[in-house]
Amino acid sequence: MRITLNGAPRELTCHPAARLLDVLREECGLTGTKEGCGEGECGACTVLIDGAAVCSCLIPAAQVSGASITTIEGLGDDHPLARAFMDEVGAQCGICTPGMILTAVTLGPRPSLPRIRTALAGNLCRCTGYEAIYRAIRKP
Amino acid sequence: MALKAVGTSVPRKDGLGKATGAARYADDLTFPGMLHGRTIRSTIPCGTISAIRRDFDPAGFTVVDWRDIPGRNVVALLTDDQPCLVEREVRHQAEPVLLLAHESREALLGAAVHIEYLPGTPLLDPERSSRSFKDILIEKGNLEAGFAKAYRVVEGSYRTGHQEHVYIEPNGVIAVPEDGGIAVHGSIQCPYYVHKALVTLLGDAVTHVRVVQTETGGGFGGKEEYPSMLAGHAALLALKARRPVKIVYDRVEDMEATTKRHPAIVRHRTAVGRDGRLLAMEIEVILDAGAYVTLSPVVLSRGAIHSAGPYRCPNTRISARAMFTNTPPNGAFRGFGAPQTEFAVEVHMDRIAEALAMDPARLRDRNALRPGDTTATGQVLGQDCSARQVLRAALRKSGYRRKRKAFAGTNRGIGLSLYYHGSGFTGSGELKLGSRASVELTATGVRILTSSTEIGQGTRTMHAQIVADALEMPYEQVEVAQPDTGVVPDSGPTVASRTCMVVGGILERAALELKERLGDAAPEEYFRRHGPVRVTKEYQQPDWIRWDEVAYRGDAYATYGWGCDVAEVELDRDTWEVRPRRLTVVADVGKAIHPALATGQIEGGTAQGVGYALLEQVTMRDGVMANAQLTNYLIPTTLDMPQVDVVLVENPYPGGPSGAKGLGELPMDGPAPALVNALRHLGLDLRSIPALPEAIMEAACASP
Amino acid sequence: MLRDEEGVVPLAGATDLYVGLNFGTLEPRRFVNLWGLGPLRRIAVRGDILSIGALATYTAMIRSRQVQRRLPMLAQAAREVGGVQIQNRGTLGGNIANASPAGDTLPVLAAVDATVVLRSASEERRVPFAGFYTGYRESRRQPDELITAVEVGPVEGTQWFRKVGTRAAQAISKVVMAAVRGPAPRIALGSVAPTVIRLPRTERALGDGAGIEAAAAIAESEIQPIDDVRSTAGYRRRVVANLLRRFWSDTAPG
Repeated sequence: MRITLNGAPRELTCHPAARLLDVLREECGLTGTKEGCGEGECGACTVLIDGAAVCSCLIPAAQVSGASITTIEGLGDDHPLARAFMDEVGAQCGICTPGMILTAVTLGPRPSLPRIRTALAGNLCRCTGYEAIYRAIRKP
Repeated sequence: MALKAVGTSVPRKDGLGKATGAARYADDLTFPGMLHGRTIRSTIPCGTISAIRRDFDPAGFTVVDWRDIPGRNVVALLTDDQPCLVEREVRHQAEPVLLLAHESREALLGAAVHIEYLPGTPLLDPERSSRSFKDILIEKGNLEAGFAKAYRVVEGSYRTGHQEHVYIEPNGVIAVPEDGGIAVHGSIQCPYYVHKALVTLLGDAVTHVRVVQTETGGGFGGKEEYPSMLAGHAALLALKARRPVKIVYDRVEDMEATTKRHPAIVRHRTAVGRDGRLLAMEIEVILDAGAYVTLSPVVLSRGAIHSAGPYRCPNTRISARAMFTNTPPNGAFRGFGAPQTEFAVEVHMDRIAEALAMDPARLRDRNALRPGDTTATGQVLGQDCSARQVLRAALRKSGYRRKRKAFAGTNRGIGLSLYYHGSGFTGSGELKLGSRASVELTATGVRILTSSTEIGQGTRTMHAQIVADALEMPYEQVEVAQPDTGVVPDSGPTVASRTCMVVGGILERAALELKERLGDAAPEEYFRRHGPVRVTKEYQQPDWIRWDEVAYRGDAYATYGWGCDVAEVELDRDTWEVRPRRLTVVADVGKAIHPALATGQIEGGTAQGVGYALLEQVTMRDGVMANAQLTNYLIPTTLDMPQVDVVLVENPYPGGPSGAKGLGELPMDGPAPALVNALRHLGLDLRSIPALPEAIMEAACASP
Repeated sequence: MLRDEEGVVPLAGATDLYVGLNFGTLEPRRFVNLWGLGPLRRIAVRGDILSIGALATYTAMIRSRQVQRRLPMLAQAAREVGGVQIQNRGTLGGNIANASPAGDTLPVLAAVDATVVLRSASEERRVPFAGFYTGYRESRRQPDELITAVEVGPVEGTQWFRKVGTRAAQAISKVVMAAVRGPAPRIALGSVAPTVIRLPRTERALGDGAGIEAAAAIAESEIQPIDDVRSTAGYRRRVVANLLRRFWSDTAPG
């Protein structure tokens, strides 16, 4: 199975029914994507497939053949959202943060608060009450 | 001492790792030769095991039962009544019976084990239970004399349900045999609790035990005592297999098997004067403890002490008990008894206001504790008491009085709650802990050594700020050692809103002493001459604290945080769904060491309170959680949370670093009663939470 | 493959796959992955008929101008089905095949008398949505058939949709209702019976000029709500009556 992972081509050797989440964390060694529930409810496993946010715990590997996948590692240390999350303390325990940031990436520039709330409704955070996350995303 | 880092929102010590996915949590770690572990659990709430049948090919499997325990088969905590593995008697569903390990997760999950039981009759109702794990009686004044003067007597019963922590990272540890001993790495709030439990469990089978906290994805008390059980399981497997063993729970197992907030039934009988003054309060608190003692006596203690609310009342009697039931033991959860009892007293206060046709805010103001007043345990409060201050600030900020009138007759309601939360361990608890913390010179600055854990709340950052300013050193030059019991001293558990006030205080003293030793020398220079000088300090109890553990009288806490919440809600009359519209939270934290982190703690605790009030129902069936999936146990999403306005008040506690009080748990006490009181403003008489639409419908159809 | 092998299960967005496997509601077996079948994603209008491919995701339905114009209540349902992650993967065909009584799009399709297009190796057939479900999680789809599209004719009248979930977002429905107020009112409900249902007697009464209170009483006899982990029968009953009233007053002419 061939995919593009964080901009680089990669050949996957996993079983086609393996969860994408496990493939990323184990075969690809990228542990930034987290498992919080295994049922597509918490969003901690969010990655981008062809630019769209999805729960990788729900995706069989067979379905990403030929696709371009972005994980948190693909954004790099200097991504403006990473900086904003640090500046605004958008991360407390940090376990939801990779998923949050990837979903936020799909919002584009200067999203309104209602748009942010709607877009992030599938990313649960138990630490922050979301307010600091809004502050981070809305930071110019 | 000039404040540079303290009071500023400096960059978090762990900010970069968390924002880039580089931070490593328990499940991100692997060790060579590592096996995966799985726990086989009981499927009945009560009975004895008559047979266990293993139905799998044993090749590659390590199997552990209670007979493999080298030390004592207990999870050492307060009273050693809880077994690490069931021997014969099952006291709750999901009780651990057998442990399996295998290299392949598929093989592990495919292994079938059949347990046969002689079932007993489970006791599931705490009010029907006759076995109490702890009884507490707190008395002040003369109750009967107080009732004799009553203008009105108001009675009520209030109920709160279980609450599940839902840290987004489930429980997980890896046990690694090392040099004749064992090291356990994991998602742990209290490494030394785990250490003590492992020493008891493993006895002479190990030469040493080391516990290392990995980056932890949320705790909220759910990783205070439970990891001792989990670490014991992983360690037993690792010792038998002689290989590292990782056990990470999936969400279902975590929700079914681990601790939850104690459900509570709280009864009030209150005498009030015509002017609204509280004359006598008789309070009964019943907690559902579950099948083993664990921390129930302490939860009961805090719940009981806070149950009379932040009010002056000359005559009180509080009787509290924690009852055995055949359910998984309940445990620590942010607030630790106070959210339950403060829910009750605050809803009761609004009912008192109703009975007197008095504005609820006025009733609070009339009765709120002031400096010089005594609490229910007879503690005289100092200037650090801010009850009326936070009340007035919240009323002002929220426009409560105007809205209280304007919302009348609409589908909007506004309600308030006034609350407080004792910082640190109760009474002589801190003295008994004897916490220690160290500051050590390094080539580039200093290193903090404590067992206090970072679980999101900002421990590393806040401790570094305190130490940096005490040493007059740049914040960037202060590092924090990973909590590893082989390296750091026992600073006590990361609980009870003590990490800043108590442990931060110890660190401040250690840093100040180091500063004195340095004299005029630059730290790097001193290091070159003297090496890694370490200063360790131990907790010193303020000399004015007096506490009688038997009579439950005296100075229950060194200081209190104070809060007032005002909640605005909108009710959908078609579906009885509640939409919170705005929450104003005023919190006195003494001193905000890191304003953004302090605000973040208040915002996060408030969200948990919103869930506690309106969404989070644990449905128990046959003594176990039946809705143990995030699809069916609901915590607030972005769309469930209202606008939250936090105002931090700084009325310092002189005994805390820069005046800091505890703040981690305070925000948990306010939201639920404020929201339910907002529903009361709409004419809905609700006395239990969660206030789901189904319950609101019953209340709406019941009222005339 | 579906024709030749027994027990093979077609797989689209997979938003229920691992959940079903883990919680024992789905037996592990062989799956055929449909995700790559581009033609099944198409949303198009042919003549009068809006055709939505079975693999159209909720996101695609939300963004489709044809859906927004002709069947806006489907876009609304799609927006409330879950968070964006679910919207990006879940499909209309999946929602239909999963056959849950709580499926959010199903009342919409029922209320507009949609047609389900099924294809096997040998033929293509069209089944009216009205009779598509024959029992709890049972449908007229044969094991060797794939749902390829849903077709909807022109909808005359005002569309109305309301989902009452367990939470503001990411919620399973307690009651979900889609309705059309046209020359003959059409009302469909989910989560109040073993399958999605229409309310034929309620519709007839309203069409004949009965008052809404009388209609609400009839509606109560046409539903069979239960107590479950999410809600109670009593709550569902009362909410259905209220939603009916709300539909009627929201769509009142003038």
